[in-house]
Amino acid sequence: MPGPYRETDLTEKVEAFLSDLKRGGSGTGPLRGSAETARETTALLRRITAQVRWSSAGDLMEVIRKEGRRMSAAQPSETTVGNMIRRVLKIIREEYARSRGSSEEADQQESLHKLLTSGGLSEENFRQYFTALKANVIEAINELLTELEGTTDNIAMQALEHIHSNEVIMTIGRSRTVEAFLKDAARKRKFHVIVAECAPFCQGHEMATSLSKDGIETTVITDAAIFAVMSRVNKVIIGTQTVLANGGLRAVNGTHTLALAAKHHSTPLIVCAPINFLFISGEILSKVNVHCPVFDYVPPELITLFISNIGGHAPSYIYRLMSELYHPEDHEL
Amino acid sequence: MADDVTGSHVTIPHGQKSKTFKSTSEAVVVNTHTVFSVVKRLPEHIQVDDPDVLKKLAKKLERQQIPRRLDYGYKVSLFSHLLQYSRKAPLTQQLSIPSAVIHPAIVRLGLQYSQGIVAGSNARSIALLHAFKQVISDYTTPSNEELSRDLVNKLKPYISFLNQCRPLSASMGNAIKYIKKEISNIPSQFKEDDAKKKLLNCIECFIEEKIVLAAKAIAKSSIEKINDGDVILVYGCSSLVNHILCEAFEKGRKFRVIVVDSRPRLEGREALRRLVQKGISCTYVLISAVSYILPEVSKVFLGAHALLANGYVMSRVGTSQIALVAKAFNVPVLVCCETYKFCERVQTDSFVSNELDDPDDLIVTRKGETQLKDWQQVPRLGLLNLVYDVTPPDFVDLVITDLGMIPCTSVPVVLRVKNVDLL
Repeated sequence: MPGPYRETDLTEKVEAFLSDLKRGGSGTGPLRGSAETARETTALLRRITAQVRWSSAGDLMEVIRKEGRRMSAAQPSETTVGNMIRRVLKIIREEYARSRGSSEEADQQESLHKLLTSGGLSEENFRQYFTALKANVIEAINELLTELEGTTDNIAMQALEHIHSNEVIMTIGRSRTVEAFLKDAARKRKFHVIVAECAPFCQGHEMATSLSKDGIETTVITDAAIFAVMSRVNKVIIGTQTVLANGGLRAVNGTHTLALAAKHHSTPLIVCAPINFLFISGEILSKVNVHCPVFDYVPPELITLFISNIGGHAPSYIYRLMSELYHPEDHEL
Repeated sequence: MADDVTGSHVTIPHGQKSKTFKSTSEAVVVNTHTVFSVVKRLPEHIQVDDPDVLKKLAKKLERQQIPRRLDYGYKVSLFSHLLQYSRKAPLTQQLSIPSAVIHPAIVRLGLQYSQGIVAGSNARSIALLHAFKQVISDYTTPSNEELSRDLVNKLKPYISFLNQCRPLSASMGNAIKYIKKEISNIPSQFKEDDAKKKLLNCIECFIEEKIVLAAKAIAKSSIEKINDGDVILVYGCSSLVNHILCEAFEKGRKFRVIVVDSRPRLEGREALRRLVQKGISCTYVLISAVSYILPEVSKVFLGAHALLANGYVMSRVGTSQIALVAKAFNVPVLVCCETYKFCERVQTDSFVSNELDDPDDLIVTRKGETQLKDWQQVPRLGLLNLVYDVTPPDFVDLVITDLGMIPCTSVPVVLRVKNVDLL
């Protein structure tokens, strides 16, 4: 049985975070970037691990799952919350397995032999108690936090490998990752950026003012002019809300049109997304929202490259990364 | 583009080396000074980056006593060969009242064009022809002059003035060509009143045949293409497409319409108003939602500003995007266009010949903040407000004209047939 929360300010913090999430969704756009949400979620989970009384790994996972369900329910479209929870659950499993002494690889790979002999899923119920488990889990979560803090910088560092001089780059809306990416490249190279404004919220305007203040030659165009201008564009670089397991994207409205136009002109489409944006989906996610669709689904055939904090990948490689980050049993929280 | 049908020589202007932002794979324009005996001349409003052309234009305008409209705002380098005006500074402010040179009907028309009060290819052509009718009725031949030559010369400064207010559309260019031809064909023995009556009659015929009757014919052919239960997607406000849909609805076809709109003009709202008044059920989306709504659509009807001789469709910016996404979803795209909008130019991209609208139109306030309010102060920020774009013929499945339903690639055939008729 999960113990009661010892500190009341932990409950307060959780409630505050939940209401932030709810507000962020019902407003006209996310209140903060997805990266920030991921960091806050992880910090909150670390707090829960440290302060809640739990006796075995199973208890901890129950607590985290319960909180995770509440957080996901508060803002269903902000998938990074769910992703962070799954990452932490995987960390707990790994640390537990390491404490028990069994190797990780044997547990992970579901070979045919294992399936036949063990008769289904493994019999772990995580009931054993290990003294060092708490410290190990917190340390691992700290590592995760450091990784999250460095994601934008890691992505931005790869900028010079992908942008040469005198290029014309197109982007849509506002993505902090892409902004950092372009600003980093602009320190050494001169190029031209065209920003599609992405009506009706017109976040592209903010992106354009921010880029031009850093000395990048920027042009704002309307969404209708995307195809008209595409013939002069060398690369399309976009950020995204979520990366799906099949290599597709769930990104801001208008991205599908942009991807089709790039495909027609054979212009490479590069997506900059930190690795924590990967999301599990059983079937192809189609659009959300009825009146004014907020997101678009972009199929993986239209994407050329994903740039994440651990390097560049083709869309066909995304499923493999997924299996390394999350445990299959955590797909349903 | 008022093409002068004279036998003058043409010089290709000095090409300019591409500026820093063009991709390295593009060819550099070569300096040539070739002389052809071709009838057409390159219009000045797409050679703004050439100082010689600008000088010649300034001299011509001075001779005709027409003020010159100045560029406004920072121009995106890819479009430095085009003009960019501000709506807040219309040309009429630089005129003296009353103007000795320009007929008041033309001044009013110019103002209506530059402020966007009269917009849309058909509306502009009809307004132009009505203004010319006024001019012709008020015209008196001076002594020692022939009507057929003097009237044409009188019209030239008017056309320059209208061009300065807003670059002429292809349909207007064809209408002007027709009028000039009619005027020069007036036999010299006609009395002035008879000549004027004949000309007014010609203009009436042109409007009646090429615009009104053509719309009826196109509506009749299009109605065969509209089935019960269809979901039809339209973009912006095309008078012809609205006419077709209203006719089909009156004939009893059951369908619903999805109106796609785009910033900054938001012309779709006008189309929405007209269709809803008739009782047609409509949905309204912005262009960024097109890939969301397209799986429901059975047909796409688009209007055109002009049809070019290589089969490309020149239309409001965003049309090519809609055609692209429709093609990706295998939805048929039908373009409706009268034959008087067919034009002999060829164009493959939306850059070489286009129109730049007022960049301040892009500024918008969201959540209480106007991000681009001081865009002129920011040194490297440019706003691009394109008016037209070209759609490649492989995106278009059918063109419905008053001569029948043709594929996009048959446009030069129609042009040839038309030219044979005119001669």
